[in-house]
Amino acid sequence: MTYIAKPRVAHPSLPKNELGLTTRDYEGVVSTLCAGCGHDSVTAALIQAVFELDIEPHMLAKMSGIGCSSKTPAYFASQAHGFNSVHGRMPSVTTGANAANRDMTYVGVSGDGDSLSIGVGQFVHAIRRNLNVCYLIENNGVYGLTKGQFSASADIGSKPKKGLPNQQEPIDPASAALALGATYIARSFSGDKEQLVPLIKGAIMHSGFSLVDVISPCVTFNDHEGSTKSYAHTRQFYHHVANIDYIHPSEEIKASYDEGEAMSVHLHGGDSIVLRKISREYDPTSRAEAFKYLRDRFNEGEITTGLLYVNEERAEMHELMGNSDTPLAQLPYEGLHPGDDELQEIQRRYR
Amino acid sequence: MAAINDVVIKIATVNGTGSASANGLLRKAIFRMGVPVVGKNYFPSNIQGLPTWYEIRVTGDDYHCRSDRVDIMVAMNAQTYARDMAEVEPGGCLIYDSTWPRSSLLDREDITIIGVPLSKMCNENFDGVRARILMKNIAYVGVIAALVAVDLDVIKDLLEETFADKAHLIASNMEAIHLGFDYAAAKFSCPLPARVEKMDKTKGHIVVDGNTAAGLGCMYAGATVGAWYPITPSTSLMDAFRNFCSRYRVDPETGKRTYCIIQAEDELAAIGMVLGASWSGARSFTPTSGPGISLMSEFIGFAYYAEIPAVIFNVQRVGPSTGMPTRTQQCDLISCAYASHGDTKHVLLFPADPAECFYMSPEAFDLAERLQTPVMVLTDLDIGMNDWMVPELEWDDDYVPDRGKVYTAEDLEKMEKFHRYLDVDGDGIPYRTLPGVHPRGAYFTRGSGHSKYGGYTEDSDEYQEVIDRLLVKWETARTLVPEAEIRYSKFNKAAILTLGSGDGACKEALDRLEAQSVGLNYCRVKAFPFTDAVRDFIDAHDLVYVVEQNRDAQLRTLLINDIEADQGKLVPLLHYNGMPINAGFVVEGVLAEIKKGRAA
Repeated sequence: MTYIAKPRVAHPSLPKNELGLTTRDYEGVVSTLCAGCGHDSVTAALIQAVFELDIEPHMLAKMSGIGCSSKTPAYFASQAHGFNSVHGRMPSVTTGANAANRDMTYVGVSGDGDSLSIGVGQFVHAIRRNLNVCYLIENNGVYGLTKGQFSASADIGSKPKKGLPNQQEPIDPASAALALGATYIARSFSGDKEQLVPLIKGAIMHSGFSLVDVISPCVTFNDHEGSTKSYAHTRQFYHHVANIDYIHPSEEIKASYDEGEAMSVHLHGGDSIVLRKISREYDPTSRAEAFKYLRDRFNEGEITTGLLYVNEERAEMHELMGNSDTPLAQLPYEGLHPGDDELQEIQRRYR
Repeated sequence: MAAINDVVIKIATVNGTGSASANGLLRKAIFRMGVPVVGKNYFPSNIQGLPTWYEIRVTGDDYHCRSDRVDIMVAMNAQTYARDMAEVEPGGCLIYDSTWPRSSLLDREDITIIGVPLSKMCNENFDGVRARILMKNIAYVGVIAALVAVDLDVIKDLLEETFADKAHLIASNMEAIHLGFDYAAAKFSCPLPARVEKMDKTKGHIVVDGNTAAGLGCMYAGATVGAWYPITPSTSLMDAFRNFCSRYRVDPETGKRTYCIIQAEDELAAIGMVLGASWSGARSFTPTSGPGISLMSEFIGFAYYAEIPAVIFNVQRVGPSTGMPTRTQQCDLISCAYASHGDTKHVLLFPADPAECFYMSPEAFDLAERLQTPVMVLTDLDIGMNDWMVPELEWDDDYVPDRGKVYTAEDLEKMEKFHRYLDVDGDGIPYRTLPGVHPRGAYFTRGSGHSKYGGYTEDSDEYQEVIDRLLVKWETARTLVPEAEIRYSKFNKAAILTLGSGDGACKEALDRLEAQSVGLNYCRVKAFPFTDAVRDFIDAHDLVYVVEQNRDAQLRTLLINDIEADQGKLVPLLHYNGMPINAGFVVEGVLAEIKKGRAA
């Protein structure tokens, strides 16, 4: 198997962003995932999102662990820096990379095996630190590369292709993130690009940890009848609560929203998102209510999607630590040591 | 036998009773009198209530290892009283707290038993339980000061430096010193014949532990990201880095920090953070110990294959498993040299004392960035946590960090295409780029099979080309690592070879063996891979005693593996009981081999 580079020919009619780039400039190598894989739709949504946000490709860092989902950073933004690390450890690598260079945009792509089993500890602690990252979980309830074992997100009663239904309690990344204090939590479906793209844009622009849990069906191992992560099941039971429109700082809010159903949230960069609430009673700025709502709908068998929770108040990792505005990796050496004279002074106490 | 400026004082106490500062005061006072001194702390893996010992070796000959005898025992812990007394050298003496009589135990006639009512005196003179306990420690310092003639003015100076403007503490501590001193001076013939006499041998020296020196070295090296998970005995390294940075790395105007220390959730995350930060271009490091290396192994292999710099300090402790966390060994040589699955091998540095911990810190960063690979600095608990007298540290203000082969934006602008793993210069080291510098510098870092161009591959030839090129880099590393310390005379066909904290014991052993007409050459390796000089040294001898502190002769294995040293020549002398090695062990080991018919 080799990676096939796509020809870089853009049709002249393709729209360009502020950098003069087209979506073709944000593509990667040809995907080697199965035909119809939900992950490829997520990749397409990511390409659209970073294109629309005018992110310079080389200022984007694509971080991942191991698994089908973690392969996908190769399939978008070839001109961006990629780091395909080890299984379940994307959060720590991203934490270090961000610690050293806070000027980059970090997109972490993970899966339910990578983030909810082997890497659950790192997922949890990246949230605690409020690491500034857009963290996607391409959630399909199974291990694809090892051929169809249940993952920790499999629902009780969900049927595998062969063998007995799952009996263990699933880990819902969105409720877990809510409990842990994540500051931007969204859920979507790989089959709903219209909802997914603005959620990813909001996640990228949010300052702090943003989780986008994307139900992304595995066509090969978990798309059959009886599976709760299949296309058919997800389409039937998913339920929007609050979709968003991402508003660039240079834009005005133009769309008309019904009274009481729209809510504007200002992001750190001067941009904002407008929440379009489909459920009037849903308040995505209340952690407690969001949690209750999620659990109630879950108990009804529904998959709640949209922007589930947002908190723009909490400081991200660098602000919490009081770190230099200049990326640490770019500080000149001269300012990092006090010289020999001071070394002699330091040693007085050892004499 | 004890003699002037050759005295070993061992203090047995209960941990958590504040004896450390009293012991430090005594050690420092002797140092200030110009007499070289070694301080060793033997402590339990516990916070309060278990036996702990502090050993002060007064060594006018300036030896650097633990002694193999005890001349004066201060037995303050009833729990260990019998064994403490048994340890005293004939002709030595034992001090105990005679507030409570212990006549049934005083059954040695070949030593002098000195009872001092320390508790009684302190209870009469100080108020409060805590103060009485602390002052009892200071009082035994007074007793020792009388017995071995430690200058009270020096002690007073030290107390004044420690307590600065807290005059009442200086006064109460001096009062306690006098309680002990005056009692001893009145009841016994003080000072003893084997005592401390002023010298001029500590000028230009400091006493410091290796973890502090390494933390200081990391700051001077320009490290900006430190990630770690607390583990004995490495914890104080990051504490030191934090202390120095909080003093010198905070912008006075903005109050913002030019360093970032992240306490990770575990060692897996700590090394992941280091790799992420190094990948981004920061000098980044993690301190740990053996169990941490086990957890980091997967990532260490990743860094080897993806060629990412990383600096890892392994302050070794006794294994296997949890082992004895507060005892010392050199037991992670193999696990570090070959950490991770697949064909991997890593550059290791072996400092012998805190001064080398300091100097090898920037060297480790230079090597890691030059070679684009993890570099591990292997110290041990003895170096990391004990007090060593070393020459004052110096910093070369002209030092420029070696950031290795990194393409700048200008370089990339001129290039048609950047390929990550091409061996452009023929030294096995490719060029790398840093994120965010230039669009042409972008590449996909991966631990999966990759070609020299950096693309994913499952092609046999493409895979093998990269893995073979890493061997070229290994040979380049061999030429860049610090050279071994070698003492060579052509007359000797036998030699001692050691590493790290074995240095002091071996050098002292060489002197003692020389006195018995056993002449040996000496080689202390400072790094893995081994340099050509190490290979030549072994080739030039018929017999090489390999002295190391582990059960399985790990250094010897590495020598056989890395430079195909003739294993028949390499006689292992293995010390692995968890205590720091001493000269007596080496001398006995060599003499026993000679007795068996081995030529010296």
